[in-house]
Amino acid sequence: MVTPILPLEVSQALVKRRGKTLLGPVDLTVSQTGFTIVMGPNGAGKTTFLRTLHGLERLSKGEVIWQVPLTEARLRQAFVFQTPIMLRRSVRDNLTYPLTLRGTKKAKARQLAEDWARRVGLGGALDQQAPQLSGGEKQKLALARALILDPDIIFLDEPCANLDGRAMREIETILLDACDAGTRIIMATHDIGQAKRLATDVVFLMHGHIIENSHAKDFFAGPKTPQAAALLQGDIVE
Amino acid sequence: MGDIWEGLVAGFWLVVTLDPDLVEITLRSLQVTVTATVIASLIALPFGAWLAIRRFRHRRATIAVLNALMGLPPVVVGLIVYLLLSRSGPFGVFGLLFTPTAMIIAQVIIITPLIASIAHQSVRDIWAEYHDLLISFSTTKRQRIATLIWDGRRALMTAALAGFGRAIGEVGAIMIVGGNIDHATRVLTTAIALETGKGDFALALGLGFVLIALAVAVNIAIHAIGQTESEGKW
Ligand SMILES: Nc1ncnc2c1ncn2[C@@H]1O[C@H](COP(=O)(O)OP(=O)(O)OP(=O)(O)O)[C@@H](O)[C@H]1O
Ligand SMILES: [Mg+2]
Repeated sequence: MVTPILPLEVSQALVKRRGKTLLGPVDLTVSQTGFTIVMGPNGAGKTTFLRTLHGLERLSKGEVIWQVPLTEARLRQAFVFQTPIMLRRSVRDNLTYPLTLRGTKKAKARQLAEDWARRVGLGGALDQQAPQLSGGEKQKLALARALILDPDIIFLDEPCANLDGRAMREIETILLDACDAGTRIIMATHDIGQAKRLATDVVFLMHGHIIENSHAKDFFAGPKTPQAAALLQGDIVE
Repeated sequence: MGDIWEGLVAGFWLVVTLDPDLVEITLRSLQVTVTATVIASLIALPFGAWLAIRRFRHRRATIAVLNALMGLPPVVVGLIVYLLLSRSGPFGVFGLLFTPTAMIIAQVIIITPLIASIAHQSVRDIWAEYHDLLISFSTTKRQRIATLIWDGRRALMTAALAGFGRAIGEVGAIMIVGGNIDHATRVLTTAIALETGKGDFALALGLGFVLIALAVAVNIAIHAIGQTESEGKW
């Protein structure tokens, strides 16, 4: 039995750059299961928040604590960046890359790569160079490359921003399947409809602070803060 | 006008008939410069990659020095190598002056900073692009370097070819340390200088054709490498 890496405890986490506070202090517990949607206007700190949980941002104060040692916790997470980072390799090699890092056998890695490429609709593009894919295709590849590791938790920074309706539905199905299979998901999005379809709970950020953190049902039925209410009504929030 | 035309024809004829002198000089040129390029690449490529990834105290200063070294006048390099290798110099006992080895040393000094600088730039660009992803995958230092070198392999080869191109056409330094001795240290550029001075334009032009062909070949190779990059052949 493998020790679960969750719940994740974030206490008083503060991120500063050049004297400016980008995030926090933030307190949060990420439970073992669920689909958390992170919302908030541009510049609210969603990306910084996700990166902080994943350990990509240096903390000025506070802590991010997993249930297992950090080195192990790092290996069991995945991150999909807001701007997809494509290795200058084929789609296939992008998919096998993280597996090879972890010592997966070549044949197994290739098999998984083909499966995942097909699942995200890139089955015909396996030998294409990843940097030459379209914006939406890059996002799909980045998502597949993160999920191929079968992570315990995955951070997604607006993974559907460039996707058309059909692709978005396919990706949402994949994410819900992963969530059902036990992968903890934390995802930033601007799409209220998508948030309603996916969220089990919502974190609402403004100016680097969590101003609301509630169950999805409650959040969408009656947000506690006027800013969240305004956002849900489609008003401009600032 | 007539002279030039005759020279061109004669020079071309030397190339076509594989004139023994011309072949010998060409082969020596290639031997010296290929050796120098390989040695310089072995030093410069890892150094450039290392410089791109590692943060250390005098990194900026090191890069500035590297860029300054790139602008070293070859003649001055020749002079310094000459002084070091001459009988009374610190390495005089090895008797290397006026040998192909001396020429290789001079060329290595001239092109190592160039290759390192190009390698540094390209690896730095890829590193900036990949940084977050490689951190997110919690790669080891070794895995990172392997990834950057593999994905930057075309740029690194281009750097080596640029070094070759610079070395094969260089004349000042190797003239000083090689001495342009017939059947010993005479290479394409020094031979052209000599034959031109003597007024033997046929051989000078014939050697010139070879030199141009080599330069063109290097550029075609660089272009072809860029091509395989976009097509993802290897
Ligand atoms: N490295 C940095 N240095 C200084 N400021 C930064 C840095 N990174 C982000 N910021 C600032 O931090 C704030 C939060 O940025 P962040 O990218 O987290 O916002 P976001 O909610 O993801 O926005 P968006 O919806 O546009 O993606 C912004 O004001 C941004 O300008
Ligand atoms: Mg963002």
